[in-house]
Amino acid sequence: MATVKEEMETVVAKPNPAVPVPAAAHETVVIASDEWGPEAPPDHREFVRFTRLHRTLHVCMIVSFITLALTGMSLKFSFTGWARFMSRMLGGFQVAGFIHRTAAVIMFATFIAHIVDLCKLKKREYGSWKALLLGPNSMIPMKPDLLEFIATMKWFVGLGPRPQYGRWTYWEKFDYFAVFWGVFIIGSTGLTLWFPVFFTRFIPGSFINVATIIHSDEALLATGFIFTVHFFNTHLRPEKFPMDTTVFTGHMKLAELKRDKPREYEALLASGRMAQHLAEPHPAIVVKTIRLFAWMALSIGFSIIVWIIYAMLFAYR
Amino acid sequence: MTPSRKTRSRRRTSLGLLLLTAVVLIAGVTARAAEDPNETCFACHSDKTLTTKHAGRTVSLYVEAKRFHGSIHGSLSCTNCHADLEGKDLPHETPLKRVDCGACHGEEAKQHARSLHGRAVARGDALAPRCVNCHGNHDILSAKDPRSPVSPLQVPFTCGKCHREGTPVQTQRKIEQHNIIENYAESMHGEALLKKGLVVAANCASCHTAHNILPHTDPNSSIARANIAKTCTKCHAQIEAVHRKTIKGELWEKEAHVLPACVDCHQPHKVRKVFYTQGMADADCMRCHGNANLKSHDGRSLAVNAAEVASSRHAKVACSQCHSEVNASRVRPCETITTVVDCSKCHEQIGQDYQRSMHGQLFAKKDSNAPVCKECHGTHKVLGKHDPQSATFATNVPTLCARCHREGKKAAMRYTGTQHEIIPHYQESIHGKGLLKSGLTVTATCTSCHTAHRELPKSDPESTVNPKNLPATCGQCHHGIQEQFVNSVHSRTVTSTKAELPVCSDCHSAHQIRRADEDGFKLDIMAKCGRCHAEIAKTYFDTYHGKVSRLGYTKTAKCYDCHGAHDILKVTDPRSHLSRANVVDTCRKCHADATRRFAGYLTHATHHDPKKYPFLFWTFWGMTSLLIGTFIAGGLHTLLWLPRAFQMRAELRAEEAKEAAELKGREEKRDGDR
Repeated sequence: MATVKEEMETVVAKPNPAVPVPAAAHETVVIASDEWGPEAPPDHREFVRFTRLHRTLHVCMIVSFITLALTGMSLKFSFTGWARFMSRMLGGFQVAGFIHRTAAVIMFATFIAHIVDLCKLKKREYGSWKALLLGPNSMIPMKPDLLEFIATMKWFVGLGPRPQYGRWTYWEKFDYFAVFWGVFIIGSTGLTLWFPVFFTRFIPGSFINVATIIHSDEALLATGFIFTVHFFNTHLRPEKFPMDTTVFTGHMKLAELKRDKPREYEALLASGRMAQHLAEPHPAIVVKTIRLFAWMALSIGFSIIVWIIYAMLFAYR
Repeated sequence: MTPSRKTRSRRRTSLGLLLLTAVVLIAGVTARAAEDPNETCFACHSDKTLTTKHAGRTVSLYVEAKRFHGSIHGSLSCTNCHADLEGKDLPHETPLKRVDCGACHGEEAKQHARSLHGRAVARGDALAPRCVNCHGNHDILSAKDPRSPVSPLQVPFTCGKCHREGTPVQTQRKIEQHNIIENYAESMHGEALLKKGLVVAANCASCHTAHNILPHTDPNSSIARANIAKTCTKCHAQIEAVHRKTIKGELWEKEAHVLPACVDCHQPHKVRKVFYTQGMADADCMRCHGNANLKSHDGRSLAVNAAEVASSRHAKVACSQCHSEVNASRVRPCETITTVVDCSKCHEQIGQDYQRSMHGQLFAKKDSNAPVCKECHGTHKVLGKHDPQSATFATNVPTLCARCHREGKKAAMRYTGTQHEIIPHYQESIHGKGLLKSGLTVTATCTSCHTAHRELPKSDPESTVNPKNLPATCGQCHHGIQEQFVNSVHSRTVTSTKAELPVCSDCHSAHQIRRADEDGFKLDIMAKCGRCHAEIAKTYFDTYHGKVSRLGYTKTAKCYDCHGAHDILKVTDPRSHLSRANVVDTCRKCHADATRRFAGYLTHATHHDPKKYPFLFWTFWGMTSLLIGTFIAGGLHTLLWLPRAFQMRAELRAEEAKEAAELKGREEKRDGDR
C-alpha cells in the first residue's frame, strides 16, 4: 500500500502535463506541505476534485448528450412545430440523423475513454479491481451509502444533522450509474435502430418496435432526470447558487470541501496529503469562459425540459 | 285497260246467248277472229287525203292503221276512245267530242287536273298540255317503249318541247328556272341519262312526277322544300351515309325546316358531283354581305369577311348550308329565313351532347348566361381545334373557359360547389404547367376531363367527373394507372360497399394536381389516406417512418411505398405488395438486405393497444413506470432537500459576513499595531 500511496503522491505532486498546474502553484504546493493550523491565514489555493480527463469527458458528455437530446426529441416529438423547426435548423431530417449518430459515437467514445481510464487507474493506483471497486473512493454504492442515505433523510426532515459526506455521496453514485445504465440501454437499442437489418438476423422484427419504445422512453427519462434532478443536485443547489462549476474547473474551494465533503476533508488532513491536492485557481478568463459554457448547457437543458413538457402536455396527439 | 275489256265481253255475251257453255277465253278468241269493228272506221280514215276544217285550219283525219295496231291501244276499237261514235251512222258528224282518257286512266287524269298543266287547261290556257301533248294519240306507246315520248330517254325532249329556252311557255309563262333543259343535260342526271343512256337516271318526271306536276311552293309538290328530300331519296336511298350524321337521324324528313334542302346545295337542274365546293349562293350572299357597312335594322353589323370564311374550317361550306331556309329564287334569298343558325344540323351528335350539358340546359331555360356554339367557336371564322389560332386549340382552352369560369366571372359567380380559383389552380397544376409552360398539347385541359360539349356537374351520374366515371375519364390518358386502379381494393369492381370509395381526385385533387414525385405531394399523402384510414394513419405516425416523414423526410416509407399507389390490395391478397410472398421484396426497395424477420417490423404498431400489441404496451408502461418512479424519487429527494439547502445558504452567508468582519477587525488591529 505504501508504494501505491507514494505513487499517488508523486502523481498528484509532479507537474503532470495533463493537468496544467501553474508553475507558481507547483512551488507553493511544495512550500505549503507543512501542517494546517486553525490560525493559518486563509489559503487561496483550491482543492482539485476532478482531473483534466474527467473534466474533458464531462464536457464531451454534455455536448453529445445535449446533441442527442435535441436531435432525438425532434424525432420523438415530430408532431410539434418546434420539432420541425429544429429539424430544419439542423439541415433537415437526414442531417439531424447524421448528427444524432455522430453524437452517439462521441458518447460511446467518452464511455470507453472512461473505462480505459479506470483500467489505467486500477493498474496505477489500486493494483486490483477489488481495491479499486471496494476502496474508500469507489463509486460502488455500499453499506455506508445506505446509512448516509438514511441519515440524509433524517436531516431532510429535521431529525438529525447533515451527514458527514465523503468524496462521493450516494446521489452522485446514483448519477454515475444512471449514466452506465443509460448508455447501456439507450446505446444498445440505438444501435439496433441504427442497424435494423443486421440486428433482425438475430431478433424478430417487432423487437425494433420494442427497441424504439425503450430507446425513446429511456431517453426521455435520461434527459428529464439530468436536466432537472442532476442539475439541482450538483449545480443549482441554493447554497451553491447560481452555479457549481467544480466539474468544469475541477477545483473547489477548501472551505467548500470542508463544508460539503467533511469526511474527505478530514481524511485528507489526517493523511497529511492535503497539499498534494491543491492547485492555484484558474485565471479569471478561464473561469468566465467555463461559466458561459456551463450556462449555455444549462439553458439548453432547461429549454429541452420546457419543450418536453409542452409536447407531452399540450401538443400530444 | 281492264274496263274496256269488260265492256267488250259484256257486248259479246249479249250477241251470242247460245254460246253460254263456251269458255270466256274461247269466246274472246272466236270473237276477235270473227270481225274487226274498226274496219268500218279505217274505210274512211285510211285515206291520207281525208281532212276537215277545225278552227279555220285544215286538219288531217288520216289514221295510219299500222301504227294504230302497233300502239298500246291497238287492240281497242276506235269507239272505246271516241265513245260518242258508238252506234252512230256512218259517215259520222264532226267535230267529235274530245277523247276522255280519264274514262280508263282515271287516277292519272285526276292528278293531271290538279296539276299545273291541268289547271292551265282548265283556265283555257292555249299552251297548256293535255294527255295527247306528251303521250301522242293513235300511235300511243307504253312508257317502257324506248320510242315513246314518255320513255325515260325521251322525257327531257318531250318536256323540252315547251320548257326549253325560247318557247312560248318559257317566255310567256311564269317559269322561275332558266335554261332548264340545257342545265339538265349538263347535270349529273342529264349526263347519265342522255350521254350514258342510263335509263334509271333521274329525268324530269322523276322529280316533278309525270302527272302531278305542282309548283315548289305547293306543299303537296314533290319538289316542295319539305318533300324534296323524300323525292331525292327515292333514288338516293343511302344518301344519309354520304351526308354524315345529319341525315342519319331522319332529320331531313322530321326537321326539314332546320335543314338545308337538297336543292340548297344541289341546285335543281344543275346537280353536279362537285357542285357545292363553289357554294350555291355564296356569291349572291356576298353581293350584299360583302359590304363592310351593312347593318341590320337594329344596328348589328351584317358584314361578312369572305377571307375569314375562306380561311375557316367551313371554307367549303356554303352560306346556305348554315343559313338554311334561303330561297334561291328570291331576289333576297335570305328573306325567307326564320330561324338562327343551328350547327347541330351537321354536328348532330355534338348538338345532342350540348343539349344534355349544363350549358345546353341553361340555354333551354333561356338563361342569358348560357353559352352557345359561337361563344366558343366564333361565327364565320370558326377554326378547327387543331388550329393554334383557334380559341378551342388545346393551349387556348383554359383561357376560353376562364372567360366565364375565372373567379368573379359569370359562371364562377353562380357556382356553389367546392372548387374555387379553378383557373389559377389549373395553371399551377402539373397539367396546366405541361400545357401552358411546356406547350405539350396532349396534356389534359378543361375539356379533356369535362368534355367539350357534354360538360355536366360532378353530381350528375352521367358526368365524366362524377366519382363513378372519373377513373375512366383520367384513364383516357392514364390508361395504365386506370388498369391498376380498377383492380385495386379502392375500385367498386373489387369492393362492394355503400361507403364512399376514393377516386383519382381524392388523392390528386381536381385542379391542383401535383407531380407525384414532388415533396409536397409525397408528404401530403398520409393525410389523404388518413381521411378514411384515420386509425391506421395515426399509428403510422407512431413509428419511425411516420415521425421522420412528419419532419419532412420524403425518402422514408409512406403509405404507397408499401401498399402501392393505385394497385392497393388487401394484405391478405396474394398479389398485394404486402402479402407474405411479396413483403420482403417490398421492404428491400429501401432496406436492400432486408430479411423475412426484418419484415416482421410493425409498421403501424402502437403501444396503446394491449390486445393487439401486448408487449409493446407493457414495454411502454414498464418504461413509463420507471420514468415516473425515478422522477417521483428524484423530485421528492430534491424537494426535501430544498429547505435544508436554503438553510445552509443562509448559514453560509452569515459565516461569510462574520469572516469578512473578522478579517476587517484583524486588518484594523494590524494597522493599529503598526
